[in-house]
Amino acid sequence: MNWRAIRIVFGKELRDSLRDRRTIISMIVVPVLAIPLLMFGLGTLMVKTMTKARQEIPHVMIIGGEDSPKVLSALRAAKSLQIVPATADFTNQIVEKRVRAVVKLPQDFDAAITRGDKAEVEIYGYQGEIKSEFAAENLNGFFQNLRDATVRERLESRGVPVEVLKPFTIQRQNVAPPAKVAGNLLGGMLPYIIIILCLTGAMYPALDVTAGEKERGTMETILCCPVGRTELVLGKFLMVLTASISTVVLALLSMGATFQFAKRVLANSVPREALRTIATVDIGGLAGVFLMLLPVAVMLSAALLMVGLFSKSFREAQSYAGPLMLVMIVPAIAAMLPGVELNASLAVVPLVNVSLVCKEMIAGTWHWNYILLIFGSACLYAAAALAVAVWMFHREEVLFRS
Amino acid sequence: MRVHGEVCPILVIETHQLTKTFRDRKRGEVRAVDGISFRCEPGRIYGLLGANGAGKTTTLRLLATLLKPSSGTVRVAGCDAVREPEKIRARIGFLSTGTALYGRLTARETVEYFGRLHGVDEDLLQGRLREVFATLGMGEFEDRRCDKLSSGMKQKVSIARTLVHDPPVMIFDEPTLGLDVMTARTIVQFIRDCRQQGKTVIVSTHVMSEAEKLCDRIGIIDRGRLLVEGTLAELRTQYGATELEDIFVRAVEGRP
Repeated sequence: MNWRAIRIVFGKELRDSLRDRRTIISMIVVPVLAIPLLMFGLGTLMVKTMTKARQEIPHVMIIGGEDSPKVLSALRAAKSLQIVPATADFTNQIVEKRVRAVVKLPQDFDAAITRGDKAEVEIYGYQGEIKSEFAAENLNGFFQNLRDATVRERLESRGVPVEVLKPFTIQRQNVAPPAKVAGNLLGGMLPYIIIILCLTGAMYPALDVTAGEKERGTMETILCCPVGRTELVLGKFLMVLTASISTVVLALLSMGATFQFAKRVLANSVPREALRTIATVDIGGLAGVFLMLLPVAVMLSAALLMVGLFSKSFREAQSYAGPLMLVMIVPAIAAMLPGVELNASLAVVPLVNVSLVCKEMIAGTWHWNYILLIFGSACLYAAAALAVAVWMFHREEVLFRS
Repeated sequence: MRVHGEVCPILVIETHQLTKTFRDRKRGEVRAVDGISFRCEPGRIYGLLGANGAGKTTTLRLLATLLKPSSGTVRVAGCDAVREPEKIRARIGFLSTGTALYGRLTARETVEYFGRLHGVDEDLLQGRLREVFATLGMGEFEDRRCDKLSSGMKQKVSIARTLVHDPPVMIFDEPTLGLDVMTARTIVQFIRDCRQQGKTVIVSTHVMSEAEKLCDRIGIIDRGRLLVEGTLAELRTQYGATELEDIFVRAVEGRP
């Protein structure tokens, strides 16, 4: 192995790519500015719209109930509801968002309650639409209170104590430490974000130093130099890996700074619990995640190099890299799903294993057996991917594909 | 570079029954180069003349050890292409069609990079750079980025890149293809200078007039086979024609 040659190639590729606006955008601008802005912006927007939706008193319609003045006046008096005149096409009114929910009262509702007959109240809402759900919730709350009050009245009228309804109480206790809660919230997300960043950081340079060089004809000129092809491809690979890891590090630093900033700015509008959750993320866990994801960065960089080497032009390489990115993100998403837990067979599935163990590490749980097994297998996959990339660089069918 | 009337064997290019086959999904096995044997000597320009797709580029890539022969042998400067490809690459300069430069590097950085890849010592490299830049008149643009240069300047950077390690053997693949007249003339003059300096030169071309003006020996290649070779005078006698174009057509059509 000629380290001098590898260093020369690496140095040239690094200098070349740092002068390229496209690399700068994907390696520095996107992770440092775009991602935090997106997260912060989206987060603020979400908090604001939710708060606004909560504060807004929803317009609701009452269908029927002309014969039940008691419940009608109670509904009108409810502070959480704004009653609007009823129309026949009430479902349409909900669809068109003119009213958020509708309640349909049966005939003789007041009388039925007094008599102790069965009665059914229907609440109409638009599922999945947040403001409609809030309105339906408010209506539901109103009628639950009414039902409880009715039950109490009936019991009292028959001389039965109210406590008969609650023979015992239930208390739920949380044993998960705050870090564990954060781990479940954040731990699933973090490996996923890092895998995406690894890919975005590596993609442009990986394709440029392979397919791009073929297209410009410079590949032939370096192959004419008295340097082994292994050295050439390793120099290129190291530059791609550097770009990939820099993207991740820059993005994580920037996200950390954003969190600190967000904590100050949002201190008043966000529940303190959520902020404490973020603040208690374990630094050791973060370091562990970063180490675990190193072989993943190697594997992804090598995979993108392979795509670039196989392609005749940059454009062709891009059209392969898009679907490849999707394929690589799927395992990370699978690990994010709630309920998917680490076991012996998942521990050897590439990307899924690392994502799952990272979730645990962020939560402060260190299954050393799994960690060693997964790190070992991740290194193995990385070595295999790199070996294939090096092998491809020795194949003249690949380098001179036409 | 003749020593006591003998050709110094160390700088010779020699091929023997050189063959290169490719597998093609549609056409099956393709013999891009089919049993070619020839010899180029120092201080001489050897011209490979053939139509597009005749096998010129493949032959030159085999000489430069970019491709491995399927059978037959290549020896350049005394080294075998299969056993010692890196030794051969250290002794050749390969200039292919188009300038093929890194647009974001400056002229100086480009030539430095190739010097280092060729193992030129750091203390020798700067002197060598000065020499090459002076010879080619590149002083005014050596610190400008390659993508900002005119095509003539780019061509000079390309030449400087192939010359930085002072190779005794030069390989040119269609060197004037797509160049304007002035730039093409510079290249032709540069190839002559290489011969003047005693380098072994091989040039591929499909331009008859260029081959006629430039080459000491001409090999006519068609569908991977070397049909005939010799000096221009020998070819004229053999085919009874003065124009190289007539000789070429007769050779390809199989007429004596």
